[in-house]
Amino acid sequence: MNDMKLLVTKDLRMWFSISGGLFKKRRWLRAVDGVNLELKEGETLTLAGESGCGKTTLGKTILRLYKPTSGKIIYKGRDITNLNNKQLKWYRREAQVIHQDPFSSLNPFFTIFRILEEPLIIHNFKDKDERREIIFRALEEVKLTPVEEFVSKYPHMLSGGQRQRVVIARALILRPKFIVADEPISMLDASIRVEILYLLKELQKKYGITFLYITHDIATAKYFSEKIAIMYAGKIVERGRIDKIISEPLHPYTEALLAAIPDPDPSNRFKLREVPSGEPPNLVNPPPGCRFWPRCPKFIKGLCDTKEPKLVSIGKENREVACHLYS
Amino acid sequence: MKELVVNSLKLYYRTRRGTVRAVDEISFKLGRGETLSIVGESGCGKSSTAYALMRILPRNVKELSGSVKLDGEELLDMDEETFRKKIRWKRISMVFQGAMNALNPVMKIGYQIAEPLMVHEGMDKSEALKAAAKVLKDVLLPEDVMEKYQHQLSGGMKQRVVIAMAIIMNPDIVILDEPTSALDVIVQANLMNLLKKLKWERGLSYIFITHDLSLASELSDRLAVMYAGKIVEIGTAEDIYKDPLHPYTNLLISSVPTLRSEKTLKHIPGSPPDLVNPPQGCRFMPRCPYAKKVCNEAPTMIRMEDGRYVMCHLYG
Repeated sequence: MNDMKLLVTKDLRMWFSISGGLFKKRRWLRAVDGVNLELKEGETLTLAGESGCGKTTLGKTILRLYKPTSGKIIYKGRDITNLNNKQLKWYRREAQVIHQDPFSSLNPFFTIFRILEEPLIIHNFKDKDERREIIFRALEEVKLTPVEEFVSKYPHMLSGGQRQRVVIARALILRPKFIVADEPISMLDASIRVEILYLLKELQKKYGITFLYITHDIATAKYFSEKIAIMYAGKIVERGRIDKIISEPLHPYTEALLAAIPDPDPSNRFKLREVPSGEPPNLVNPPPGCRFWPRCPKFIKGLCDTKEPKLVSIGKENREVACHLYS
Repeated sequence: MKELVVNSLKLYYRTRRGTVRAVDEISFKLGRGETLSIVGESGCGKSSTAYALMRILPRNVKELSGSVKLDGEELLDMDEETFRKKIRWKRISMVFQGAMNALNPVMKIGYQIAEPLMVHEGMDKSEALKAAAKVLKDVLLPEDVMEKYQHQLSGGMKQRVVIAMAIIMNPDIVILDEPTSALDVIVQANLMNLLKKLKWERGLSYIFITHDLSLASELSDRLAVMYAGKIVEIGTAEDIYKDPLHPYTNLLISSVPTLRSEKTLKHIPGSPPDLVNPPQGCRFMPRCPYAKKVCNEAPTMIRMEDGRYVMCHLYG
């Protein structure tokens, strides 16, 4: 059982220090605050939450683009939490990222060929013809054809969807096992989002890639992944199978998040949405106890604002929730 | 009868590459208290339409023609001074995309909201500030926001301030250009609730510009679907969502993921045409699954029996 787990995080924390000035005390912004995650090989886990909840920071920490404050990251049974850049080179090859913005993640002075050649050069593919072959194959896979035409183009000559395909080709070119996809379709037009999502799914099947899909859009996540973890203010508040969570959310925050999402239905205009007011807390100074209590409609005084709820299993199907209503 | 009637509105830009036909002979009506959403992909001309209505235009406009009538009065050939005094902000106002990031950082929020009353109406300062405090209440912000600066507010609060600015002169029509982009879903839902309430209480008309069809359903009484500078279909929200006629509308709706129901998502192959050199006939033809020979000729707007309009040879 244990060897099926590709990546595990244990009580992972990523705090950023904020200098308070000469005589002020140093303060910490707790972007990720004690997260336990497990990713099995070949599966897709959605990490969902509002902006500023720490989901992108968690993704970057897992990729070891940051050095975690505390906790552990274990990849294929190996502890990579404290490895230095040199020791991490093999991990850099296995774990890749797809960023949100295809307009700023490609070097404008490089041709598509040069963009895709870069990772191959870094990882010692010495044979020029071999590199060329790999690049052509990668572009075919993301359906940027005719390939001959695209290799000599620059990013500004491509549309948003085409650029995101280049980003995907670059992420795939070293045959990674694990990809963090951080809002890969949110900057694209509605008509091509689905196409990119299906392309990712197809490539995942072909190569058995494990995805961490970071998004605020649960409606698209439903089509792309089986499992979901809901994050609020640096912590996981609920997790389980995505269909179960959509049909029966347990945590009041999950409930609010789902209630806020409209489906295309003309009768929406006649009714108001039942959502809590207010906004997520400041992560420098989060509220004591449960971090959602100031906005929570089911808030229990004396309990929720003093004691922090733990993530506990509920029933079957690996459903977990961090809320006093269920403990 | 208060109504906005737009007829054959054209807005072309001059660029180094040639003439960009951003808005190409579009027509629509907006009744009192009604919300019309203009939906379409980025670059289809929906924001340009808004700029043309507000007459806020860049210098490289090559052609602005057609007719925009507000209660029978032509707005396009009105001189700038009259338009500024009588129409802009007073009758038609706008919430710009990303406007919340354009608040003045060194001016108190209350003063910023009150400013147009002093400039336009010649109101004295204390009276204008009183009016600003009242409108802040209408957008459900606490009173102390008056004395705050932009950096002390959250994204959702700033967006409410921008809405307060748009309604302080009591306009009839408010143009909302992607008013919730960059906001979180829960904050967005709260803002949509506010826009609904304002609409119900004040009888506002909205022109809601968005690329998000799910979000459009929160406000729309009617929808206009825009593609490559043209309106290709226009009808009631019920008709458009439940029985889209134009192949583009159909595919666009089929590409929207839904949370509460199961469906297979479709996508539209290819990308929108270059507006410098759009296809000769129907502009959607290169991506259309039903394209046939006749589509090489430009289709005209056809009025269907149920009262909606569609621009497609399938119905000609």
